[in-house]
Formats: sequence, structure tokens, C-alpha cells
Amino acid sequence: MNDTDTGWLLRVRNLTKIYGDPISNSVQYTGPKFGSNICPETDAIVACAEINFDLYPGEVLGVVGESGSGKSTLVQLLYFDQMATAGEVQFSALDGGQTNILTLSNQRKRHMRNHLMGMVYQNPRDGLNFGFSAGGNIAEKLLMAGNFHVGRIRERASYLLEKTEVPVKRMDNTPATFSGGMQQRVQISKAIANNPPLLFLDEVTSGLDVSVQAKVLDLIRHLQRELGISMIVVSHDLAVIRMLTDRTMVLKNGRIVEAGLTDQILQDPQDAYTQLLVSSLL
Amino acid sequence: MITAKKFQHTYNYGFIDETTKKEIRRKLLKAVAIPGYQVPYSSPEMPIARGWGTGGLHASLSLIGPDDVFKIIDQGSDASVNACNLRDFVKRMTGCKTTFDTGEATLIQTRHRKPEEILTERQIIVFQVPQPEPLRSVERYEFKTRQMHAEADYAKMWVSLYESYVKFGAIMQGAGYPVRVNGRYIMTPSPIPRWDVPNLSMAPCLHVFSAGREKRLHCVPPWTKVEPLEFEDVKFCVEEFRDIVCAASGGDRAFMDEIYESETSRKYVMNDSSFLDKVRAGTRPPQRLFTNPPSAPTAS
Amino acid sequence: MGYVATKGGEDAIANANQLVEFYRVKERTQPIEIAQIQAQFRLLIDKIMGEGSLYAPEHAALVLKQNEGDVFESAFMLRAYRATLQRRYYSETLATREMFVRRRISSAFREIPGGQILGPTRDYSQRLLDGELAEETLGTVEAFIAAFEGELDVSSLRTVPTISKVIDLLTSEGLLREANPDENRRLVDVTREAIKFPAPRSAALQMLARAETGGLMALAYSAQRGFGSVHATVGELRMGEVPVRVRDARGRVRAIGRVRVTEAEMISKIKVQKKDPVPYLSLGYGLCFGQNETKAICMGILDRAMRSGGDAPCQSQEFVLYHTEGIESYGFTNHLKLPHYVTFQSSLSNLRQAVERKEKKRGNLGFGMAATAKKETSA
Repeated sequence: MNDTDTGWLLRVRNLTKIYGDPISNSVQYTGPKFGSNICPETDAIVACAEINFDLYPGEVLGVVGESGSGKSTLVQLLYFDQMATAGEVQFSALDGGQTNILTLSNQRKRHMRNHLMGMVYQNPRDGLNFGFSAGGNIAEKLLMAGNFHVGRIRERASYLLEKTEVPVKRMDNTPATFSGGMQQRVQISKAIANNPPLLFLDEVTSGLDVSVQAKVLDLIRHLQRELGISMIVVSHDLAVIRMLTDRTMVLKNGRIVEAGLTDQILQDPQDAYTQLLVSSLL
Repeated sequence: MITAKKFQHTYNYGFIDETTKKEIRRKLLKAVAIPGYQVPYSSPEMPIARGWGTGGLHASLSLIGPDDVFKIIDQGSDASVNACNLRDFVKRMTGCKTTFDTGEATLIQTRHRKPEEILTERQIIVFQVPQPEPLRSVERYEFKTRQMHAEADYAKMWVSLYESYVKFGAIMQGAGYPVRVNGRYIMTPSPIPRWDVPNLSMAPCLHVFSAGREKRLHCVPPWTKVEPLEFEDVKFCVEEFRDIVCAASGGDRAFMDEIYESETSRKYVMNDSSFLDKVRAGTRPPQRLFTNPPSAPTAS
Repeated sequence: MGYVATKGGEDAIANANQLVEFYRVKERTQPIEIAQIQAQFRLLIDKIMGEGSLYAPEHAALVLKQNEGDVFESAFMLRAYRATLQRRYYSETLATREMFVRRRISSAFREIPGGQILGPTRDYSQRLLDGELAEETLGTVEAFIAAFEGELDVSSLRTVPTISKVIDLLTSEGLLREANPDENRRLVDVTREAIKFPAPRSAALQMLARAETGGLMALAYSAQRGFGSVHATVGELRMGEVPVRVRDARGRVRAIGRVRVTEAEMISKIKVQKKDPVPYLSLGYGLCFGQNETKAICMGILDRAMRSGGDAPCQSQEFVLYHTEGIESYGFTNHLKLPHYVTFQSSLSNLRQAVERKEKKRGNLGFGMAATAKKETSA
């Protein structure tokens, strides 16, 4: 990873999130060397720190680790669900990567979320409004991108639902009546509604039956190939990572312990923790 | 020992004290400067119950002077009992001339209608507003709706209109149809019928909206764009009174009241009492009429 | 039409007002004196002074008489009257430690410095009807007072000092902490500005102090029953008079009189922090005019509940403060009696169109509502 590289879509430097009262060396005294995220002096939690990576257009980056490793926090920071404590993130699709997007106003952040990014959560209730219909959820994204033609909105929503294999005749039903797998598909439709260059997937299949998981993962892989979207895929499951990603970062106690091509990491893990993960892969 | 004298009270002109009047005026100026934006104000109690017109009185009594001619209507009628009570209060507290003639009034206070007759740049109309927050139906918390307005985040509002269309084949908002003012804030025009909404846009007069109980003021200044929320293919429509004629005047093209004469027969009478008087006298004043777009909405 | 119809409206109002007055006096009973209401309905006076946000017992008695005892109208009238009064001072903070205590209890401890003083309370009476009150005369009253005073040996009464607070005991031991050390401490005047949420604590306490007692009671009860649990103990409840002081034009502090208040300090546990897992105690505070213990206690419970976070109604500042505001809720619930036929007509129009669309879909024209609707109203 070279700072003079160009052509990246997303550039992340020193992304850090600390909960509670940090002191100047909270970061120093936490991490995989200490086996803990918790600052011994102030009980501040260093959810993630010193995260550095680049993401290229059309690339799928995996983020793997156990619970508490900071992987979900990472995407939440990038999607502005949480406010970062420190760090710089540049996004070339916004303005050629000139601004640190973490410092944008709420309005501009929301603009980015509407036009340039999509997020699929583990829990559909986080990504969908169950008070609206499935079509309504997709419509929300389209409306916020400036599409105010109901006919065309419904056309696009139908198209997206079809693509994600959700029966179009259920477009006007609320997702509350759908199965878990279908709810995730609606989330995916919503996330790609405006053709964003970047998609975040946070443990999207973790709550599903194994057979349903396989189908949803297949769908994601298929969409990625067809649309060429960059993705950041968060999972604790190496099988998911293996299936979807080109490169992977391994997180432990909020830090990156290893990063590289997914194939290489799976075949020849260097870090002890990564070795442990790979060896427990079924 | 108490004597009746102890409870005697002389009231300031217009009942409200001068400090409060100044505050209300400052807030009104702010509201005029930011069309459609809800300005919080102190909203002191009045001898009229909350929800019965305290906000309207705050605005009217802060704006009124001895030379004003005051008109007050409720549901379009000067004769409505609550309007009579408020008119009596204003008269007592200001000594102003009052009128039923829309054209003669300089200050009009209204509950839930805008008069049919075109108001001029010499006139101010004060609307009584029960719920000033147009987003309240999609978001119950004040601190959240405030943020939504600040960030122009109206997604939830638009989706609810979409859902209404999908469910019922039309946007089912009746009175109080949400509008966008000056291209920025979404505002409720108070529960006026859709018939009156187009009349708010690019009008010569000043519109003041006052919600006493909720303690908010908002304004649509003269010559300001007011656009009802609509989709490119699902357009705003007013109530139609097709093939209906006013039983009292024979006229049409005005908002009508539906009156049941018996269990089986109905008649329609023009709602705006001053307008009706003039139609009957043969001096029908000019109106701004809105034509509904050609295709009535149908569910796909 | 305008004049005739309006005259009709005005006449209707005049007649209604007259009729109300007639109902008030038609039994031809001896008119009640303001002084009688003030003296014999003391607790009712206290309630509406609190809700009217105006400490003026005679005026409270007058409005009760005027409104035939309607407590909502009476509190409303006092508030409206208050809005016409000139505002001259803000008082100095009331020092309730200086209270001339008439009643004072603590549930937290069995014995407290200064003692548990039951004072004038019906808490331990039996709620049985007392028929003798139907025969009461000034004579029986005098006899009772004479007997009562006869039992007192004035020479053996000690001077009544001011009494220190129970919570001081807990504070000095370091057991009492702030529920929310970071909270907004800005002093606002809710009668001078509209409150936005989240509201500073001063605004919340002011609104609780003028809130409707029944509304507070319902929400505090919900907190006790588990809708956002607040398990509070009465640290101290005291009732009595406190001096009111203001600063004059030269900046000197002057006492201008005394008011009777009820104060409740409700104690419950704070949320335990990871850093400091000791379940310290914190205060929920209530203060209101007159003797209104229910209100003060419920204020304390809700003060605590609103600062504890959570989803229950009693834990939401907006929910509690908006909906216990008696004058606003009284007005708005009753405003439904106003004519709404224009808004109703607008909805009817929509409804008829929707029915028509449905019938059209079914191909079912010719019978039913759709045909009539089409003929008479809209498309």
C-alpha cells in the first residue's frame, strides 16, 4: 500500500474509534499484543484504531475477525452510522478524493449515503423501515436521489426486486411479512438502487439458514460481477470471505493483524491469529 | 376582607403586554425572513382555551392597531360561534372596527379556510394552526423533526405519500396538504382544504400561521412560491364539485358545504359566507381558480 | 346573511353564558363567600394554584366559585390571569432548609434528626363518611377549636427550629451522586420561551411544577409498575412555609413574604458505570405550591425517570412534559367540539373517489355508493 498510488476508490488512513474517556496512550495500551480493546486506565474501549487500507474500483475486500474485533465498527464509521474519533477517509467518487469525508456536514454525508454508498445490515430491521412496503423502502433511496416519478420508481423497484429474486407481486407488502432471506434481498435491492460505486455488507448472512445463506451469497457474487461494484464484506465466517472476496484484512482487538490476497491468506496465513482462524475453517 | 375592586383589572391595548408583543413581532419578522420555517415563541396563555385560537390571537393582537378593520372566520363563516367569541374579545381589547366583508378587512383571522376573494398587498391573513409540524405523522419526536428540517431530510414524508398512492390510488391527504415553501422548507398550510392551497402561492398578501398550543409561528410572505408536494406523474388535485350548484345562490366554482336536509337529500351551499353574500348580491369578486391536471390518478 | 347569522351566533353565546350563570345560582342557596372557599377548600386551592402557576389563594377561591368547582377551568383561568400580570422580579432561590416545617417525614430511615412529624395529614385516617359535617355550625366549630386549644399547654412548647435535611446525611457520607453530571444546567423561563427538546433540567422541573396532578400521577404510577422502572424511596417529604426574597433596585436582598410549598426528595439508584460499579443514590426532585404531596412525589419520580434513558413513556421528556401540561391538554382535547366540517368534507371527497376507483376496478358501477357519489360530487 503506497501513498503515491492513484486509481483507488477509497483511501482509509488511521481510522480510529474510541468509546468513553480516552487518554493520549489509550491506543498504545490496547490491541492484539495486549489481547484487549479496553484501556487499562480509563476503561475506554478502543473499538478500532490505526486502520489503513485502500480499496480499488470493482474490488471486493473482506474484513474478518471475531466479535469485538472492530470489523462492524469499521464499516459503521465509513457509512457514517458512527462518528470516528480520528482518521482520514478519501473517496474518489465524491470529489476525486480531495476531502476527508469524515469531516463533511450531515447534509453532505447524507448525500453520499443516498448516491454513492449502500449498506446491507445483518439485521434487516436496521436497514429497512418495516412501516413501509418493500417497494417503499427502495423508493426512499430513489426519492432521495431526486427521482419523483412514481411510475419510473415502481419500474426500477420491480426491476431490482426481480434481480434479487424477490417476487414482484409482493412489492407493496411490508417486509415484516417476508422470510429472513427475502428481507435481506430487499435490503440488497435498496442498497444498490442508485447504482452506488461502493457497497458495505455487514454480516449479511449470519442470521440465515445455511441453504438460504448460500443463495444470498450467490446472488451477491452475481450482482458484483454484473455491476462491478466495489464491496467491503464483513464476516466472522471465513467461508463467506473465501466465496466473495479478492483481498482480506484480518482484525483482532481493533487492529489489522494481517492483510493480503484472500487466496494467499487462506493457503498461507502468517499471523498466529489468522492461522487459528484458518485452521478452524470447516 | 375582599371587595370586588381587588379583582378589577385594566388590560393593555390588545390584551397582550408590550414586551410579549415585541417578542412576537420579532419572531414574525424572522418567520417572514425564512419562509415556511417554524419559529418558536413564548405563546403566553390567553383567556381562550388552548386549541381554540390562542395562537391566532397572539399574531392578530400583536399586529393590530386602532385603524385596522378586523374580520374573523371559522370554517369560512363569520357566524361560527367560536369566531363570534373571539371577535368579541378582540373588539373589547382593541376597540377596532370589525367587518364581515373580506374586501374591507385589513387583518383577517381564520380557522381552516382562506377566503375565495383575492386578498391584496394591504391585507394580512392569520391562520389558526393546530399542528404546525408537517412531519408529525411520520415522526413523533420534536427533536427529530427539527433535525429533519435543518438537514432538509424529507425522505420519510415523501415515502409516506408514495405509500398512500400505492395503497389508495391517490395521495389521500385531505385538508392540510403538505407544501414546499420557497423551494426549501416543507410546511403545513394548516387544515385548509386542498381547494385553498394553490391560492397561497405568489399571492399579494402576507400569510401568518400561528400555533399557540405548540408555540410556533411560520409565514408565507407575499409573492412566495408554495408548491404542494406531488410526483411528476401523480399530481396535486383540488376537491371537485362537478355538476354541483350552490342551493342559496345558484353559483358554482367555490368550495361547498354539504348539508343534509333530511336523511335522504343533500344540498350544497358555498362555504365562504362573505363570498356567498356577494354572489347573491351580484357582485361576485375575482378568484384564483385552479384547474386539476387532465388525468385523474389511478392506481397502477 | 353575514349579519343575521352572526347575530345568531352572538345571541347563542350570550344565552349560553346566561344559562351557565343560571345553573350556578338557580338553587337559591346562600352565596358562598370567597373566604369560605379559601378556608374550607384549602387543598383544592393549593392544587389549582400549582397548576395555574400563580400563588394567589384569594384569586384561586374566586375562580373556583366562578367555575362551579371545575378544576380545569379554574387552573386555566389563573394561568390566563397570570399572563396579564406585570413581571417585576425573579426571586432568589427558595431555601427550603429555612422552611417552617408543618409536616415532615422520611421513609428512608426510621428516625431522623428533627423527628418524623406527621403534621396535618389524612394518610392514617379511616376514609369513612362523617355525617356530622352535615350539621356543622359555627358553634360546633368554635367548640372544637376551644377544646383543641384547651389541650395545648403553650408554656411547654419548645421553639421550633428549622430542620436540616435527610439528604444531607447521605451527601455527607458520599452516597448521593448526580444522576447526570453532564446535563444541561442552563436556567430558562418556560413562560418566556418555547422549549425545544432535549430540554434543560430547569425547564423540565418548571413544567412538572405547573403540570396537572392527575397526569403526573398516571405517568409516575406507570414508572412504578414497570413501564420504565423507577423504584424510589421518599428521602424526605416536607411541607410548610418558606420566605420569598428578591433583589431590589440597589441589589439588596429583601424578603417579600412567605409561600407554602410541598417538597419531595425521592431517592433511587443511579445506573452503574463500568468504571465505578457502585450503585450510588441519586435524587429525583419535586416542589409545588401549597400542600400537594401526590404532585411533589410524582414530580420526583418523573424527574428521575426522564433522566434515566429508555423507551418507556415516562422516560421520554417529550412524552411526559407535553402530555402532563394541563392547560394545553384540556384545551386540545376539548377543541374537538369545534366545527371541523371543512376538513371533514375534504376527507369525504377523497374517500368517495377511493370508493369509486375500487368500484371501477371491480366493474361494479350502477349500484351503490359509487353511482350516487359520481352524480353528486367529484370524479
